[in-house]
Amino acid sequence: MSGTPRPYWHPLTAGILLGLVLFATFLVTGHGLGASGFFTRLAAAAGVWVLPEATAANSYLGGFAKGMPLAGWITWEAIGVILGGLIGSLSSGRFKAKIERGRETTPGRRLAFAFAGGVLVGMGSRLARGCTSGLGLSGGATLAVAGFVFLIFFFAAGFLTMRFARREWQ
Amino acid sequence: MTWPLYDGGFWPALLLGLLFGLVLEGAGFGSPRKLTAQFTLRDFAVIKVMFTAVIAAAAGLWLAEASGIIGANSVYTPTLFIWSIALGGALVGAGFALGGYCPGTSSVGLASGRLDALVFMAGMVAGVAVFAGVFDWIEPFYRAGKGAPRQSLDQLLGVPGIVIILAMAAMAAAAFYFGSKLEARFGGPVQASED
Repeated sequence: MSGTPRPYWHPLTAGILLGLVLFATFLVTGHGLGASGFFTRLAAAAGVWVLPEATAANSYLGGFAKGMPLAGWITWEAIGVILGGLIGSLSSGRFKAKIERGRETTPGRRLAFAFAGGVLVGMGSRLARGCTSGLGLSGGATLAVAGFVFLIFFFAAGFLTMRFARREWQ
Repeated sequence: MTWPLYDGGFWPALLLGLLFGLVLEGAGFGSPRKLTAQFTLRDFAVIKVMFTAVIAAAAGLWLAEASGIIGANSVYTPTLFIWSIALGGALVGAGFALGGYCPGTSSVGLASGRLDALVFMAGMVAGVAVFAGVFDWIEPFYRAGKGAPRQSLDQLLGVPGIVIILAMAAMAAAAFYFGSKLEARFGGPVQASED
């Protein structure tokens, strides 16, 4: 993209707007926003494609494997998130094809860390029954104890892990 | 019209998702360097934005309920399973620090051109598959430590919801004040022009 990208929004502006979108979601659907549920359905769809019998027999993913695993509210929302991100980055000059990484790491090493981090997040979000969006934001907005327990352990583990992963991002 | 509408249709889902993605990208949450800089104290956007959003939405829900627009217990509230949510939250936090994203932010990361976000997504799908593979074995742990169904912090502490919201607002004000001081000290926050 040509020219300099436009600056990110002030955190207070972004936070209030995010809160309003979340509140509107509750009023329209009766539940909050999510994200990890889409990747659960994506895993079920991939399972049906690669290992149909094992996926159908699996006690966790078997329920999703019946019919069309991707057909659901969270999938339509996830498509919207990608569209919104695309509109936002293209209109602000912030869209740029790249592998974002710290200066002291290589692209290959960055991608290995991205994959490994993704595996942990995939496992963790299923174990917790949600992620930063579904439990942290949406659970927090309903003042759910579950949401705050998630957030406390999320931030504690993030700060602790960064003590060892700092070099990857500098 | 009675609220919530309980509308699970395609178009509202797409529109609400689009707005969610637009705000996440605008906040800078497509950038894994900005997101992870929270954990080096160079950038407090994650805490500032999340805290503000939770307070704004919680205040909206509280007002809607107090004014009778929505009924009591009319929105979905998750139930606590202390062990699995604590460990799951820790795994998501650790994976976020290593991989640079959470599920929602990886979507806007990819949407703003970041190929590492696509690899992170592949990792998440693999992680879900691993979880499903060991589910029978870990199921007792997954279901252990169940709290009161749909319990909220105001119910647990026996105080009105607005007290919790005001306490969170005071904590958020402190996070903004001290967070900005730390950002200045560590050369932050991370700007869009740095990428």
